[in-house]
Amino acid sequence: MRILKSSCALGSLSSLFSRLGLARSPRAAVLAFLCCLLLPVSVMARGTYLTVPEFVSSTFRGSEPPLKTLWLSGELQQRLHKVFGHPYKSLRLRYWQQDAKSAWVLEEIGKELPITLGVVVNGASIEQIRILTYRESRGGEVRHPFFTEQFEGAQLGADDTLDRQIDGITGATLSVRAVTRVAEAALVLAAAVADKDAVQ
Amino acid sequence: MKKTHLALALAVAAPVAFAAPSTEDMWNTIQQQQLEIERLKAQAAQTDAKVEATASAFESSNSGDWMSRTSIGGYGEHHFNHFEDKDDEVDAHRFVLFVGHQFSDTLRFFSELEVEHGLVEDTADGSGPGELELEQALIQWDFAANHSLTLGQFLIPVGILNETHEPDTFYGTERNNVEAQIVPATWWETGAMVGGEILPGLSYNVAVHSGLKTPVTGSSTLLVRSGRQKSAKATAEDLAFTGRLKYTGIAGLELATTYQQQQDVTQGGIPGEDTAGSLWEAHARYTIAGLTLTALAAEWDIDGATAKALGRDQQKGAYVEASYKITPKLGIFVRQSEWDNNAGSSADTEVEQLDVGINYWLHERVVLKADIVNHKPPSTTSSDNDGFNLGLGWSF
Repeated sequence: MRILKSSCALGSLSSLFSRLGLARSPRAAVLAFLCCLLLPVSVMARGTYLTVPEFVSSTFRGSEPPLKTLWLSGELQQRLHKVFGHPYKSLRLRYWQQDAKSAWVLEEIGKELPITLGVVVNGASIEQIRILTYRESRGGEVRHPFFTEQFEGAQLGADDTLDRQIDGITGATLSVRAVTRVAEAALVLAAAVADKDAVQ
Repeated sequence: MKKTHLALALAVAAPVAFAAPSTEDMWNTIQQQQLEIERLKAQAAQTDAKVEATASAFESSNSGDWMSRTSIGGYGEHHFNHFEDKDDEVDAHRFVLFVGHQFSDTLRFFSELEVEHGLVEDTADGSGPGELELEQALIQWDFAANHSLTLGQFLIPVGILNETHEPDTFYGTERNNVEAQIVPATWWETGAMVGGEILPGLSYNVAVHSGLKTPVTGSSTLLVRSGRQKSAKATAEDLAFTGRLKYTGIAGLELATTYQQQQDVTQGGIPGEDTAGSLWEAHARYTIAGLTLTALAAEWDIDGATAKALGRDQQKGAYVEASYKITPKLGIFVRQSEWDNNAGSSADTEVEQLDVGINYWLHERVVLKADIVNHKPPSTTSSDNDGFNLGLGWSF
């Protein structure tokens, strides 16, 4: 500690460490040191991970199909209401479709702020789900593949719910629920488009 | 016969009534029809554009304004406690309102205001039944893409319940005693905290903040739970440092450990005595297919002759809990807890408690609870808190 006190700035640091008791606590000092070491290693926790054009381009491998519009009619809006537990805020949704594959960009609030997700549905199954923008202060772990991979291959089961159990993340319950609801909604929307195409 | 006459009449009359138009007439008609088609197409395009514009205006009407950037939420819980050795109670235990505001994409405010036990009575000695508490009031700034700085009054990053304690998120009507008596939850301080994610699923918090000020006389001397100053004109002579590492990199798994160092848990309350304190807490939780297993341990080490004499130089506890969701709406749990705020004493001062109960979610954020408590106090204590609890909780 004497060495630290030899310079003014370091002296202040020494004083702070002493005030915090770190000088007498090797365990705390080690934990603080480790945290400082790890700070520069960064992955994003909150923000935009993938733009909509990037999501569409990666889904259709560069051959982007034309944007289509699906109006949320009475019956469809009712099904979405049941999935989300509230009316979906849009009157219509944009989507991209190529053969049996469709890509959807949907939003749902976790605790306070909307999470923007991209969902790819192929036939009646989810091919991929990506977190495009995460805005909540807690629960950002839902963007990691260890969580989103659970949705791959999921289909609609009874009552427009997924046909499988999704393991949650402790402390991110509301974000997990939001992602699950969006997955269910994307399957409902893709089924509505398939029905519409069959009629035409 | 009648049909034959009618056919003859039509055959004679047809050339007169429906004479074929000339080629010029037909060309004029086709041109007029084509013009009409073009006009209708233009009208349909205009209608589509108007509908699109209306939909866009409707969908964007609420985005970006003050209301859309301000959030209101809350939670609350009513309890009924039946005790074998004392009077039963009903209690409006907590009523909490959250208000938050997003100033920009990187700067936000969050607050939590709580009324405990239903009534805040303005008595001279502060002996009213309830409390009005500001639990959180903070500004959070994302100073880098993956890191944020929290300034103000915040919950200490320790344990499971301290930061996430909405009643629909845990089992048991009452919060578990290990976190309440040892951590001690719910615990907030004022200061600065940096937090973020350093690897996928690995997050950290480092905080400098105000510290405890435990009583130095009476039965609560050096009890950590009694030392929470709640940022109410709190003595800040001796600060505290908290660090936490948390791993949630596997679906369903949480591993976390917190270490805290306080220079003086009495804020100089015992002159001439070094009453530095350190808290270590660790927990693990794993959920798979509706089954959740939880284990948590916490321990305080407090320096000084007074603490040693009282046996409060060590205060520690641990619990294990198993819960199972039979359906998405119905869950059962069992929890075994042990804690001791006089663990440094040679006397038998450990408390044990077994809780068994159910949660029934009327909605994913509205829960009914019922649980039985088997409380085993130290052998020197004559009464216990055996009984059962009923609860109603919600959050939004």
